[in-house]
Amino acid sequence: MTEIVTEYPELARPEAFTQEGLGWVPWLLPVAEDELTDAQRDALIEPARAKMPYFRLLARDPDALRARTLTDLDIFFNVSGGIGRAERELAAAATSRHNGCVFCASVHAAAATRESGRQADVQRLLDEGVEADLGDETWNAVVAASVALADTPLDFGPDDIVGLRGAGLDDAEIVDVIGGAAFFNWANRLMLSLGEPEVPARRASAR
Amino acid sequence: MSTPTADIIDLLAGIAPGDALAAVRDQRAQARENAQRSFEALLEPAEPGTFSLAERYAVAVFVSKLHGFAEASAFYGDLLGDEAADLSSVVEDAATAAAAAGPFGAYREPRLEGESTDGVRWAPDAATAEALGGRLTAALTHTHLLVFRPREARPEALQALVDAGWSADDIVSLSQLVAFLSFQLRVAWGLRVLAAASGPAASGPASGAASAVAAVSEGV
Repeated sequence: MTEIVTEYPELARPEAFTQEGLGWVPWLLPVAEDELTDAQRDALIEPARAKMPYFRLLARDPDALRARTLTDLDIFFNVSGGIGRAERELAAAATSRHNGCVFCASVHAAAATRESGRQADVQRLLDEGVEADLGDETWNAVVAASVALADTPLDFGPDDIVGLRGAGLDDAEIVDVIGGAAFFNWANRLMLSLGEPEVPARRASAR
Repeated sequence: MSTPTADIIDLLAGIAPGDALAAVRDQRAQARENAQRSFEALLEPAEPGTFSLAERYAVAVFVSKLHGFAEASAFYGDLLGDEAADLSSVVEDAATAAAAAGPFGAYREPRLEGESTDGVRWAPDAATAEALGGRLTAALTHTHLLVFRPREARPEALQALVDAGWSADDIVSLSQLVAFLSFQLRVAWGLRVLAAASGPAASGPASGAASAVAAVSEGV
């Protein structure tokens, strides 16, 4: 009988949070690319995701994957109204930093940098943690609210709304921060518990 | 699913059609619709397969109670009560015993070890495990890990599920369920707090989240 769970004793693991690209290896066997059913392919939404083990693993429950992905794309990429793309990525990065998801933080810290041009501020979030001063009131408020929303039991409260409003956010922008931060409590748990990050071979051999 | 269900996030947030925040949510209509579809896929699937509805609702009650979200605990408690009433009290008592504060956990990354923190790592006692049965004992143990210390997840945790009879497909669905609930409860809670901060109560003295929630829930 084939083992269901895979371990990687020799993996090149990241040593800390980073904005550099990481790979991700699954602990359960993904659906093989050439064995994806039509329903599973449809659930990937973007055909290129058939190359990615994470999405082919989630394809084991296609209805859940499809709904997850469409939720994700709307929260992060629907730019009609609401807060800017950079702040949504910042909420994702801050949530991931607080929960401890090195993989998610790398993807969304890099995206926050790309959308804002503020590489150094984003790096400070990764290096110093969620208490770091990111240089302006809006970013600090988005990080603080995202961190508060990640805590269990739920403790996000009126003071967090006051902080966001004090930074000038309206309700539509606040709802985007809540959506982006809440979504990464979903994504972090999948990424952290179904596999792990890996430093790509090219960089691993150079260190 | 032949009967259309109410939007569960609106229900848990205490948002009624016509409320200001309902209009704000409409701006992300695809996210709203697919959060609902996620609920349907994970908690009301047409074909639950070997991951039974009773197990799904038991996990949802456990997660809701660990989050301290009374309205969600009541909502999922009703679903569990209808499906498997004999499990209700054992799952609720397990959640009370399993109370913890997260996120916490040890980091495996060498340069993050200084940020490692400790907390309650829970597993059911013998009597609870017997009442839950092997599959649910393993599922709730894993759920507690995912809710409070996801950064401590390791392949061994998945092996414990396999050893208790969970298939790879069902482990993915269980992981999605816990992760999705971590999202759903936060969106609903956040909207609830935002609504309270926008209503008449907002002009009163500063109130804690609990009283803000209580003020809104009178309308549910």
